Amino acid sequence: MAKQGLTREQIAQRAAQELPDGAYVNLGWGIPNLVAPYIPAERTVYFHSENGILGMGPRAQPGEEDYDLVDAMKVPVTLLPGGVFFSQADAHVMTRGGHLDVSILGGLQVSEKGDLANWKVPGTKGSGGIGGAMDIAVGARRLIVTMEHTTKNGAPKIVKTCTYPITALECVHTIITDLAVIEVQPGGLVLLEVAPGLTPADVQKVTEPVLILSEKIREIQLAL
Amino acid sequence: MKEKIFPSVDAAVADVPDGASILFGGFGGAGFPNNLIQALARKGTRNITAITNNCGTGEGELGLLFKNRQIRRVVASFPGPQSHYFQERFAAGEVELELVPQGVLCERMRAYGAGIYAFYTPVGVGTEVAAGKEERVIGGKRCLLEYALGADYAFIKAHRADRIGNLVYRKAARNFNPIMVTAAETTIVEVDEIVPVGALDPEHIVTPSIFVDRIVEIRGVRYG
Repeated sequence: MAKQGLTREQIAQRAAQELPDGAYVNLGWGIPNLVAPYIPAERTVYFHSENGILGMGPRAQPGEEDYDLVDAMKVPVTLLPGGVFFSQADAHVMTRGGHLDVSILGGLQVSEKGDLANWKVPGTKGSGGIGGAMDIAVGARRLIVTMEHTTKNGAPKIVKTCTYPITALECVHTIITDLAVIEVQPGGLVLLEVAPGLTPADVQKVTEPVLILSEKIREIQLAL
Repeated sequence: MKEKIFPSVDAAVADVPDGASILFGGFGGAGFPNNLIQALARKGTRNITAITNNCGTGEGELGLLFKNRQIRRVVASFPGPQSHYFQERFAAGEVELELVPQGVLCERMRAYGAGIYAFYTPVGVGTEVAAGKEERVIGGKRCLLEYALGADYAFIKAHRADRIGNLVYRKAARNFNPIMVTAAETTIVEVDEIVPVGALDPEHIVTPSIFVDRIVEIRGVRYG
């Protein structure tokens, strides 16, 4: 039987479990943007958007779009009761100032020290763009990175030292991939969970730094 | 009383000279002073330094000014993949770009408006944007020295103004606008509607009139 990891949706589903009731959360582009629908109904989570929204709701229904109410990806969204608008400076008071409880960002590479590279692939055409990523990563009280475990060519994205342009140093707390859940600790990367059907050795094979096996290592569970 | 209301967007930008530096509000398609931008395109001011989050969507927003080769230098956080005219000019070496993390961009303008000449921030440490910047450890944290950023003009989009220039914004179209109004020698605002003095609730005014020099009503014209 072919060994399979989680789908992108399933990575998002696993990441949603990390958001406690009452948390203020910023979700980045890519897999993080898939997280919101998987939050258990009994939990209230307040979504922050860098363009000055707190209490952001789901995407607007067709025909109900208001182009003055968009998320960081320019998609028309909604505002939940209790939601609020403020300036971009105040939005980054919340990110950089450590006021958000959890931020979830996509990643191109994460180093064993928790350095994150996620804003530019070397050699790509165009100017590149940073947006709010550096402010969010530096200020995150808890930063979760969701990404595929390897590149399309099978190269590890969890590396000893990032070779892609850095977003922020020593900022990542948890990495959730299609293959594993890994925690960044002072002593190194701790393997907490492994995707169904895979062994820790399978994960180690596609991870550059040596992983420390948690005493409580277990299979990733999607249903709570 | 000095009149702040201008009869047209063209009259409001009539004195913007070649070589001017201009702050442009807007993010994700919302809150761009599109009518002022189009007036500036008609006027044909050249050699502009533009400070903005993004660099246009096709011909929209700042796209027109790049298409017309009116902008020579940009300070931006996320030029954007759809900023085709900017990307073309940038690739050809016709436009210079300073890429700034989004929250740092906000704070540099906020500092300028507040009479603060520079500040230290951990955002950008260990990244490409740290090149050439003074680094210092403050409170145990590596920080970069960032300088205040202001301009000759600010081009602003607000929802309503009263006749003396108090402003309220609409939803996420607020974004950079209330920061930029404080950081320019001359602030020019296009609004959907001008209302009598006293019509705006003083508890709800976002930008006090002291920051506003010129107001133009563009009632009925949106995303022109």
